[in-house]
Amino acid sequence: MEKSVVFNGKLLPYVLLAPQLAITLIFFYWPASQAIWQSFLREDAFGLNSEFVGLENYQALFAQPEYYTAIGTTVVFSSLVTVLSLGVALLFATQADKNLKGASAYKTLMIWPYAVAPAIAGVLWFFIFHPTLGTLARPLRVMGFDWNPMLNGTHAMVLVVMAAVWKQVAYNFLFFLAGLQAIPKSVIEAGAIDGAGPLRRFWTIIFPLLSPTTFFLLVVNIVYVFFETFGIIDAVTSGGPAGTTTTMVYKVFADGRLGGDLGGSAAQSVVLMVIVIALTAIQFRYVERKVQY
Amino acid sequence: MANVTLRNVRKVYPGGFEAIKGIDIEVGDGQFCVLVGPSGCGKSTLLRMVAGLETITSGEIDIGGRIVNAIEPADRDIAMVFQNYALYPHMSVYNNMAYGLRNRRVPEAEIKTRVEDAARILELGTMLERKPRQLSGGQRQRVAMGRAIVRKPKVFLFDEPLSNLDAKLRIAMRVEIRKLQRRLNTTAIYVTHDQLEAMTLADILVVMNGGKVEQIGNPLEIYQRPATTFVASFIGAPPMNLMPIEGVRAQLHGADAVPAEAGQLGIRPEDFELADTVPAGGIGLDLRVDAIEHVGAETYVYGARQGSDSQDSLIAAANDVIVRLPGTAAPDIGARIRAVAPRGKLHLFSVDGRQRLPI
Repeated sequence: MEKSVVFNGKLLPYVLLAPQLAITLIFFYWPASQAIWQSFLREDAFGLNSEFVGLENYQALFAQPEYYTAIGTTVVFSSLVTVLSLGVALLFATQADKNLKGASAYKTLMIWPYAVAPAIAGVLWFFIFHPTLGTLARPLRVMGFDWNPMLNGTHAMVLVVMAAVWKQVAYNFLFFLAGLQAIPKSVIEAGAIDGAGPLRRFWTIIFPLLSPTTFFLLVVNIVYVFFETFGIIDAVTSGGPAGTTTTMVYKVFADGRLGGDLGGSAAQSVVLMVIVIALTAIQFRYVERKVQY
Repeated sequence: MANVTLRNVRKVYPGGFEAIKGIDIEVGDGQFCVLVGPSGCGKSTLLRMVAGLETITSGEIDIGGRIVNAIEPADRDIAMVFQNYALYPHMSVYNNMAYGLRNRRVPEAEIKTRVEDAARILELGTMLERKPRQLSGGQRQRVAMGRAIVRKPKVFLFDEPLSNLDAKLRIAMRVEIRKLQRRLNTTAIYVTHDQLEAMTLADILVVMNGGKVEQIGNPLEIYQRPATTFVASFIGAPPMNLMPIEGVRAQLHGADAVPAEAGQLGIRPEDFELADTVPAGGIGLDLRVDAIEHVGAETYVYGARQGSDSQDSLIAAANDVIVRLPGTAAPDIGARIRAVAPRGKLHLFSVDGRQRLPI
């Protein structure tokens, strides 16, 4: 058991907790409660007046067919990004973990994309795959592939998924690599002597021992893909063409900031918040049980 | 069951560091070979080369008549017990032992028999469903042994398997390992830095230093006739007293018969006795008692040789002599004693200590 400190007065512990509580209250609870309050209001077009409308914003929201499309898009987008960014990062990390020449340079380079701001990452991908300007779009056309993310919804989805994955792989890579390095070498050597080939060693020894890392990254990545990919989508496709890449978080932005419907937008963010809280709770409840600590 | 033969085995790391400098060892079928030496002498590297976990720069390793240089660890038919046990933390004790058999597609029914047999021998029967973290150090050690024996390999490799255990358990496990190896009659190679463990376990003792073999042989033979001063001071506790021959020429009877190239004289602490008269051809050293250690069954007396200059130094110096006395009787600190040893107990080495000379 760790020793716990016992305070004599009541004041000191509260003072010590205050900075953390203040940050949580000001930057999380306050905006969240504002969003909930806003979701019950309707503002006029100029933002001068607002009136309390109860659940009307929610009723309007769930009557919109576009909202269900956005939910569908979010499911596709988030599962693709989470699975791909975790999978690719794990693959890269297992390679970097080998004793290879230039491994440290490789590891450093792998981390760079994470330092790039989402919007800039989006712009990079936008230009690389721009149907007429893009450096990689041209070779695709030359090979006879009619690449056009501006008109083709599937191409647009592929593009935002690639951009979002590229951005997140660095982060996941770092944690997977640390997780791999924490596995004792002798356990893997014991596996080799016990007659397990590299693939079998990976699936029966390394992957189970890595599961705490994988679980942590799963939670972080789902939050990332639900909230933080909005900058990338805005820069690459702006939710288009025809709303095929409008995820729920992008719709919050589009309806509230661009469409001026603050009440409807607030209602959407409340729905989104509930979904993410529910997903995280489910992960902790069910997935964590299978994790080997 | 197999012989293990190492022929001029060398290991050079990419940086140019030569860890193993040409080693020849022959371990017969069912023999227990112990590699002993100080840390960094290359003994673990050598064992890992036999296991296939390190590449062999040159030379040959032969297990059961088959050169295994290019063969994967899994196909060498060996089992290894690691210093930190290297148990699979996410598997139960049963699965830890069954893992190697499942990889080799042994039928489940046979796996069950073999694991249960091993568990019975090692007294792990009630722990098969537990995870390694729920076991004590000694129990983990036994699981690691169990994982090795269920495979029925040709050779057991042990890499300092007892160094993480406390002193009492270490002695108990040492006896268990020896019994188990005798019972299974499987060839074993065992690495340790503990000379007592090495002496008690080995059929063949290999003393290593700086990537080379200093001496190979039967443990008692090595103890009685160490080939170099390194072996003389490494095997035996407390270590053999080594002193320059020039300093003790006056105390040595029949010093004229000593070969001219002799540089160092060695006497084991237990070969001394306290007496006034020096046996013919033997040696008598006049000592001033500096310190005494009571171990119970015996007593170690640390004395300074008289007539040498650094008598007042607290640091053990070349002129310090350790004398073992039976029982608890001991002289007082500061007392003058005479320790004598017969000629048959003297060891003579060349100046550089690399060669044993007849006396």
